[in-house]
Amino acid sequence: MAKNKDSFARTLFIVVGLCLICSIFVSTAAVLLKPTQQENRLLDKQKYILEAAGLIDPQAKLTKKDILQTYKKYVEAKVVDLKTGSMVSGIDGDTYDQQKASRDPATSFVPQHDIASVKRVADNAVVYLVHDDAGKLTTVILPVHGYGLWSTMYAFLAVKPDMNTVQNLVYYSQGETPGLGGEVQNPKWKAKWNGKKLFDENGNIAIKVTKNPAVAASDYGVDALSGATLTSNGVQHTLTFWLGDEGFARFIEKARNGGLS
Amino acid sequence: MADTKELRQVLTGPILNNNPIALQVLGVCSALAVTSKLETALVMALALTAVTAFSNLFISLIRNQIPSSVRIIVQMTIIASLVIVVDQLLQAYAYNVSKQLSVFVGLIITNCIVMGRAEAYAMKSPPLMSFMDGIGNGLGYGAVLLTVGFFRELFGSGSLFGVQILQKISDGGWYQPNGLLLLPPSAFFLIGMLIWVIRTKKPEQVEAKG
Repeated sequence: MAKNKDSFARTLFIVVGLCLICSIFVSTAAVLLKPTQQENRLLDKQKYILEAAGLIDPQAKLTKKDILQTYKKYVEAKVVDLKTGSMVSGIDGDTYDQQKASRDPATSFVPQHDIASVKRVADNAVVYLVHDDAGKLTTVILPVHGYGLWSTMYAFLAVKPDMNTVQNLVYYSQGETPGLGGEVQNPKWKAKWNGKKLFDENGNIAIKVTKNPAVAASDYGVDALSGATLTSNGVQHTLTFWLGDEGFARFIEKARNGGLS
Repeated sequence: MADTKELRQVLTGPILNNNPIALQVLGVCSALAVTSKLETALVMALALTAVTAFSNLFISLIRNQIPSSVRIIVQMTIIASLVIVVDQLLQAYAYNVSKQLSVFVGLIITNCIVMGRAEAYAMKSPPLMSFMDGIGNGLGYGAVLLTVGFFRELFGSGSLFGVQILQKISDGGWYQPNGLLLLPPSAFFLIGMLIWVIRTKKPEQVEAKG
């Protein structure tokens, strides 16, 4: 027995057998756990959307049911064609995978002025419309992303129905330096966005992440993160890009002219 | 049956006397990455303990069947399968922590402790002892991770397990956090000091001068 332990046939047999057992083991676990994982991912995203909408307190401990029900009750996911700014019917915003679409050349484009280093932009983008109990539109949430210092940072930008006043800017995925750029997720910094204006009277993008205290105190300025100039620049570029012509500009224009009511 | 004294030796030895990080200086890379918070350090330690224990167990069970020409790859296959399962479990039941640990759970595959114990211990020892050896080494790794995590979280963000202990200036308190401790290199200093302290107490751990 021990003699032919190292024979060619036995080695092959052991290796193939082991691989078979291991692969069955791994795939069983993956298949069995997949529904729970997908639910987690969805819950996580919906939690951040609700936070951006100001419907939940991010510190509060919420049950799965709370999040799912609040989301279902108040939030509506719509798909928007970025080139025309109109709603696309026939695509469900909750199941549409914008990230996947942005990787496929058939459903995405390469922006001309890619200041936020997004590389490709999906033709269709998801927006979330938040209504109050009476069915009145209270918030529009635009998903945005852009490159910071180390990583692509993903956020939800929540604006009032005038499409100008910021309600929230919630970063939900980033890999910036902890304690410096990572502070984009600090509640104190997030609170600074509330009430700021994105556009000036002429409709030009006016919002500025700035170190200048006089500008930061105005309606159009937000104090930059100290010690994180490049991350702050990344936030600025992200907003400039997504509010611009290759981002949500058409949609914002339509929405302002009553396209959402 | 293995006698209890030997069993205890295998289980508790790696915590102080034969610590995988402090004495064998294995698995340091992940110790740098996941210790900025106690919560991630704890989950990482548990994940590594589970993987080391079970990979030792399975490898020990089939140790007489493994052809020596392919033994490393056989060990890797078993370790990799276990790590994937642990990663999947974390994603399903501890989603937030798994998001913070990101690639480091997957990198347990390449953690020298797991591989080192499989090759050095499980290939030669019976299953129960190997399993205990895995738990012991996981605990040793965890002890260092939690010590480092304790200092990094307390002085880097003023909290422990996410509970604020020292009020930060940015939140209206008095404590100015030490930013260095949030960055991976600080773990080098802490682990270095830890090794220094242990070797001062236990001079027999100092390597012989060559």
